[in-house]
Amino acid sequence: MLSRTADHLFWMSRYTERAENTARMLDVNYQTSLLPQSEGVAEVGWKGLLSISELTEAYTRRYGVVSARNVIDFMVRDESNPSSIISCLSAARENARAVRGALTTEVWETQNQTWLEVKRMVNSAEFEADPSQFFEWVKFRSHLSRGVTVGTMLMDEALHFMRMGTFLERADNTARLVDVKFHAVQSDFYGAANERDQEYDFYHWSAILRSVSAFEVYRKVYRDVIRPERVAELLVLKADMPRSLHASLREAVNNLALVTSNPESESLRRAGKLCADLQYGRIDEILATGLHAYLTQFLDRVNDLGAQISREFLVSAV
Amino acid sequence: MRKFDEMVIELPYQFLSGGANIRDHYKIYDEWLSRQPGDMMAKRREEAEMIFRRVGITFAVYGEKDETGAGTERLIPFDLIPRIIPSQEWAAMERGLVQRVNALNRFIHDIYHDQDILRAGIVPREQIENNAQFRPEMVGVDVPHQIYSHISGIDIVRAPNDKGEGEYYVLEDNLRVPSGVSYMLEDRKMMMRLFPELFSAHRVAPVAHYPDLLLETLRASSPTTTDEPTVVVLTPGMYNSAYFEHAFLAQQMGVELVEGQDLFVKDNFVYMRTTRGPRRVDVIYRRVDDDFLDPTVFRPTSTLGCAGLIGAYRAGNVTICNAVGTGIADDKSIYPYVPKMIEFYLGEKPILNNVPTYMCRNPEDLAYTLAHLKDLVVKEVHGAGGYGMLVGPAATAQEVEDFRQALLANPGGYIAQPTLSLSSCPTFVESGIAPRHIDLRPYVLSGKTVQMVPGGLTRVALKEGSLVVNSSQGGGTKDTWILEN
Repeated sequence: MLSRTADHLFWMSRYTERAENTARMLDVNYQTSLLPQSEGVAEVGWKGLLSISELTEAYTRRYGVVSARNVIDFMVRDESNPSSIISCLSAARENARAVRGALTTEVWETQNQTWLEVKRMVNSAEFEADPSQFFEWVKFRSHLSRGVTVGTMLMDEALHFMRMGTFLERADNTARLVDVKFHAVQSDFYGAANERDQEYDFYHWSAILRSVSAFEVYRKVYRDVIRPERVAELLVLKADMPRSLHASLREAVNNLALVTSNPESESLRRAGKLCADLQYGRIDEILATGLHAYLTQFLDRVNDLGAQISREFLVSAV
Repeated sequence: MRKFDEMVIELPYQFLSGGANIRDHYKIYDEWLSRQPGDMMAKRREEAEMIFRRVGITFAVYGEKDETGAGTERLIPFDLIPRIIPSQEWAAMERGLVQRVNALNRFIHDIYHDQDILRAGIVPREQIENNAQFRPEMVGVDVPHQIYSHISGIDIVRAPNDKGEGEYYVLEDNLRVPSGVSYMLEDRKMMMRLFPELFSAHRVAPVAHYPDLLLETLRASSPTTTDEPTVVVLTPGMYNSAYFEHAFLAQQMGVELVEGQDLFVKDNFVYMRTTRGPRRVDVIYRRVDDDFLDPTVFRPTSTLGCAGLIGAYRAGNVTICNAVGTGIADDKSIYPYVPKMIEFYLGEKPILNNVPTYMCRNPEDLAYTLAHLKDLVVKEVHGAGGYGMLVGPAATAQEVEDFRQALLANPGGYIAQPTLSLSSCPTFVESGIAPRHIDLRPYVLSGKTVQMVPGGLTRVALKEGSLVVNSSQGGGTKDTWILEN
């Protein structure tokens, strides 16, 4: 398959996944902001969201003060923000259009339809009245896009590059989410002093879980009250939690192995090593050395892996 | 007076006149249409537009931006009323097309080799050697099976002849990168989806196998003898107005759609960059003009082609379809000679006639043209796409005057033709069903044999009275039905 085609497919999936994760984070923040809480708490949430995406500076330049409405606008429909949902869905569709011949009709039409509809939806009265419904829609378009991909594409390289894009992006996005949310409460990580803070803690941690559809999963796996270290374990190390770093990396490795027959592949080596660290890692060790330092390093390594894949497969030299 | 000479027999006629003078092959359609409720067409048109958008059958418009600043993608205007041609008329047209395309391929080969036709004095030598479309790089180069124009789009119009009968004339040959065939295929798909009952009432010859014939044609032109030559479609990229068609054809044939940046040349062989390393390319169906193919030979600033491509081509290691230099045969200054080419190379009488043409390079033709500008269509010999032409009867006095000056300054740059009363076909426009002028572009494939799918793309001038059918000038398309007996 053409390197350029693989590159478009890879990025098409990455952008779709990024749009979904952005919608997830916005939705949870929005839901949380509806709870009775101090304005300060809500603001911390919105600020955290901007810093997850490394957009604090771009936002401040454009909007100044942080407010729910402005952050949502910036992250949903501001086309000058390359990480906004509308920008991601346009980029996904542009990538799809560049290689529409490599996609099944269903996959192409799903991408195209999402793009046609999102332009209308972000300017509709429904979105103004209830952003949650829109976030839900973005998530389901992403579910649909993945389902149509797995359900109709020939199981060859094209599919493997698309899947690789999905899972690398997901690993990156989940790591950022965990990092920012744990960073926000770094000072009193274990246990809260009073009842009010305990309540705040519950909503804080359950919000993280909900943003990755893991609230029920947590209950099922741990049958316990929500403890931060277990939240971290679930989202970083659990192999059977579909949005965890471990599960995402494992899928990335599996798909990489399917596209290369070269046992010396540097991409595969790096991906495998990163995955092994997660497979054999323990949460108490990670927390002892510091979650933030761990995740910062993880993000660097995922970024580096993406660059290596690109060098090895996507922009191959003569 | 309304003109529907495709559908009814003689002037003056009344549309939907109860069937009395409806031409036979339109009778079933006419009868069906008269039974439909009034708002049916408008509803079906809405449905068609929705589907075209979802499927993404669009063309990009150069230089236009939408409100968000992105390039605009427009739907090609599609008309719901089919253009119907009876099979015996098609059979004759098909014979004429095979004959014409054979002669044109012989001509191109001759021009780049022995030049018999110049030595015989049939085509003036200066018409070739001073022609910008003549490519000296091609002189003496042998191409597989001596086929240059693998895909030919021959534009055909129907107009009254001397006896007042409808006759098919060739208006123009397109031998470089003729486009539009994807609309022929998509229009048919759309019609079958919107009006299945019409297809059960008619025996419409299918066209969906076009990509198969195309792939067969391209493979047959491979320079190698391997069973499975690697064929690619070369596109200028997704911002080209015909990108949909490039992607569509590549997908339908199951071959890679490449851009110039995906190709490279090493030791006079062409390769594409793949995830598993370089892979040899045997046949390139290029949708890029000659000028952009190879920056080391043609336009040096082009990034759409591939450096060294022409070297590999001349060495016989890759086939470019259509060949480089076919423009010498579809230039409007060469068009008037095609009937003579047919006689010269094939020893046959032309089955399809040319439109009578005045070559302004001849003093007497120029004099006639200048005296009758108001009645003629004047075309630049190198123009295309409906640009650079004067339609006398529709032009303002100023436009006529401007063309007069241009003609006097450079007579050899123009030809003139009588304004044909192009046939018109019922078309669903804003005001309802009204007559609009049409032409027909069949796509003729030359590989081991010359073949084509029945029909082609019918283009329709949507502006009332307009004779210009190009999509860049407000033209639309119709499904074309060849009715089998």
